[in-house]
Amino acid sequence: MNFVMPDFYPAAAEIFVAGMSLLLLVIELFAGKKKGFGFVVTLIALAGAAVITYTTADGQVSVTFSNLYISDLFGSFLKLLVYVAVAVMLVYSRDYLRVRGLDKTEYYLLVIYATLGMMVMISANHFLTIYLGLELLSLSLYTLVALDRDSSRATEAAMKYFVLGALASGLLLYGMSMVYGATGSLEISAVAQALAHGVVNKTVLVFGLVFLVSGLAFKLGVVPFHMWVPDVYHGAPTAMTLFVASAPKLAAFAMAIRLLVNGLFELAGDWQQMLMIMAVLSIALGNLAAIAQTNIKRMLAYSGISHMGFMLLGLTTGVVAGDRQFALNAYSSAMFYAVSYVVMSLASFGMVLLLSRAGFEAEKLEDFKGLNQRSPWFAALMMMVMLSMAGVPFFVGFFAKFSVLQAVVAAGYVWLAVLAVFFSLIGAFYYLRVVKLMYFDKPTDHAPITASLDMRVLLSANGLAVAALGLAPQALMSLCAFTLLRSL
Amino acid sequence: MDFTAFVFYFLSAILVFAGLRVITARNPVHAAMFLVLTFFTAAGIWVLLQAEFLAITLVLVYVGAVMVLFLFVVMMLDINLERIRQGFWSYLPLGAMVGLLMAVEMSVVLGGRYFGLEGAPGPAAAPANYSNTKELGRLLYTEYVYPFELASLILLVGLIAAIVLTLRKREDGTKRVDPAAQVRVKAADRMRVVAMPAEKE
Repeated sequence: MNFVMPDFYPAAAEIFVAGMSLLLLVIELFAGKKKGFGFVVTLIALAGAAVITYTTADGQVSVTFSNLYISDLFGSFLKLLVYVAVAVMLVYSRDYLRVRGLDKTEYYLLVIYATLGMMVMISANHFLTIYLGLELLSLSLYTLVALDRDSSRATEAAMKYFVLGALASGLLLYGMSMVYGATGSLEISAVAQALAHGVVNKTVLVFGLVFLVSGLAFKLGVVPFHMWVPDVYHGAPTAMTLFVASAPKLAAFAMAIRLLVNGLFELAGDWQQMLMIMAVLSIALGNLAAIAQTNIKRMLAYSGISHMGFMLLGLTTGVVAGDRQFALNAYSSAMFYAVSYVVMSLASFGMVLLLSRAGFEAEKLEDFKGLNQRSPWFAALMMMVMLSMAGVPFFVGFFAKFSVLQAVVAAGYVWLAVLAVFFSLIGAFYYLRVVKLMYFDKPTDHAPITASLDMRVLLSANGLAVAALGLAPQALMSLCAFTLLRSL
Repeated sequence: MDFTAFVFYFLSAILVFAGLRVITARNPVHAAMFLVLTFFTAAGIWVLLQAEFLAITLVLVYVGAVMVLFLFVVMMLDINLERIRQGFWSYLPLGAMVGLLMAVEMSVVLGGRYFGLEGAPGPAAAPANYSNTKELGRLLYTEYVYPFELASLILLVGLIAAIVLTLRKREDGTKRVDPAAQVRVKAADRMRVVAMPAEKE
C-alpha cells in the first residue's frame, strides 16, 4: 500500500488535450446551431499542447505513472511535429469538409482523440500504453474514414480498414503476450533489461517478435501488409486520406522505435532481417504498382508504400554483425525520412484538396492536366513536391533518400542500396508523368481554383518547405540525430 | 490425481467440446448457446486460478450482457445460411492446409519445452481474508490509472463513433418532439397579448 502520487508534469500535454476534448463536447452541447467553433477549439488545443510540450521538454529522460509513460526529447520533438501536421491538415480540409457537410463537431472530436492516441503512442514505455494509444488512434481513424456515411465507397474503405486493423491489433497483442511470457514484463525498459541479462528463452521471443513486426508492418502499411492502403486512400474522402497519410506515420515510426529499438534491441539481428525483406518488397511493389494507377489518390498510396519501405531501410542497418556504432546514424536517417515524407504527403494531398470543389473530386490524374495554364504557381508547387518525392536532387526527398542510402552503404549492404535506387528510378516515371500532365497537356477542366486565403498561404508555405528543407537539410537532420542521441 | 486436477480436466474437456461446437454447430442460436457454455466453463477454470472476481465478471458481462445482445442480433437478422455455406467445399482444401500448417508450427514453438509448468508456477495460496476485488481496484486506480483513463477515452470514442455513424435526424415531416425546446419554452413564445381598443356601439 505504499503508493506515491505520480508526477503529472511530464504528461501535462496529454492531460491538456484530453481536457480540451471534453470541453469541446460540452461546448457542442450548448452551442446549438452555431458553426465553426470545432475548428477553433481544436487549433487552440493543438497550440496549447505545443506550448506545454515545448516547455516541459527539458532534455531529460523521465518516466511517470508507474513507468508507463516516458518523456524524452525524441518524444517531444515528434509530438511537436504531429501537432503541426494535424493543424496543417485541419486548415487544408476545412473547405472540403464544409461543402460536403462533413464539418461536424464529431469530426473535430475524433481528430483530437486521434492526436491524443498518437501522443500516447509516442511517449509509451509499456506495451499496454502502446496498445491503448494505437487503439485510440485507429478507432478514431476508422470512424473518420466512414464519416461520409452515405458514400458506399467510403463505407467499404472503412470496413476494410476496420477488419484488417482489428486483425493487425490482434497480431500485435499476441506478439506482446509472447514477449511477456518470455521476459515476464510488459514494461519496455524492463523487457530490455531482461534481454540484456540474457537468460530468456529466445525461441519464444522470436516467435513473439514475428507477430509484433507483423502488427507494426500493418500500421506502417508495408508489403505484405499493405492491402488496405490503396483501398482506404482511394475510398476515404480526400480530407480523411490526407489525415491517414500524414501524422499517423510519425506515430507508427515512434512505435517502431519504442518497440524494436528501446525494447527489443538485443534481437536486432532478427528483426532487421524481417524489416529488410519487407522494405525491399515494399519499394519494389509500391513503385511498380503506382505506374499502373489512373487515380492520383491510389498512385500516392502506392508511392506511400514505397516511401515507408525506404524508411524501414534506415531501421534495418543499425546493428551490423553485433556492432552498434551505426545505430544512431541509421535511426536518425529513418526519422528524417519519416518527417520529410509527412511534409511531402501533406503537400501532395493538399493539392488534391485544392483542386476539389463542391460536387467534384480532383482525384483522377487527368484532373491535373494543364494545371500550369490554370494556375502557374500551384503547378510549380506540385512539380516541386513530385520531384521531391521522386528523389530529384536539392529537394527534401532527395536528402531523405540520400541519408538512408548512406546508412545502408555504411552498413555494407551495397546491393540493397543499388536495388533501392533502381526501383526509385522506375518510380520517378509516375511522378514525372504528373509534371508532364500539368505542363504539356491541354486542360480539360477550366473551373477557377476557389480556395480560401489561409489554405493558399499554408499550401504555398508547405510546398516551399519541401524546397527549403532540401536546400538546408542539415538543421532538421541534426535535430533528428540530437533528439535520438539524448533519448536512446 | 487430486481433486483440483480432476476439476480442471473436467472443465477443460467441456470447454474444448463447447468451443468446437461453437464453430461446427449449424444453427447460429445453438452456436451462441455453446459460446455461453464456453464462457461459463472458462470462468470455472479462472476460479481454480484464484481469480474469482474476473470469473464473476466474465459470467456477468459476457454471459449476461454480451451474449444476450448477440442472441438478439442473431434472431433479429435473418441470416441466410445457404449463402454463407456457399463455396465451403471449394475453400476447404486451402483453408485446411493453411490452418494445419499454422497449428503444427505453433505447437512446435509453444510445446511443453518452452511453456512447461515449471515456467509458470501456480499462484501462492492467499490468506482467507484476501480480496481479489480490492486488490484489482487498488491497482487500477493507482499504478494503472493512466491506461485506465485511456481505456475510458477509447470507450468515449466508441460512443461518439456509434452516434455519428448511425444517428439520423429525419427532417421530412416527422412529428419528433424536442424535450429541451419544450423545457426552455417561455410564456411569451406560446401566448401573445394583443392590445385592442374596446369596441363601442
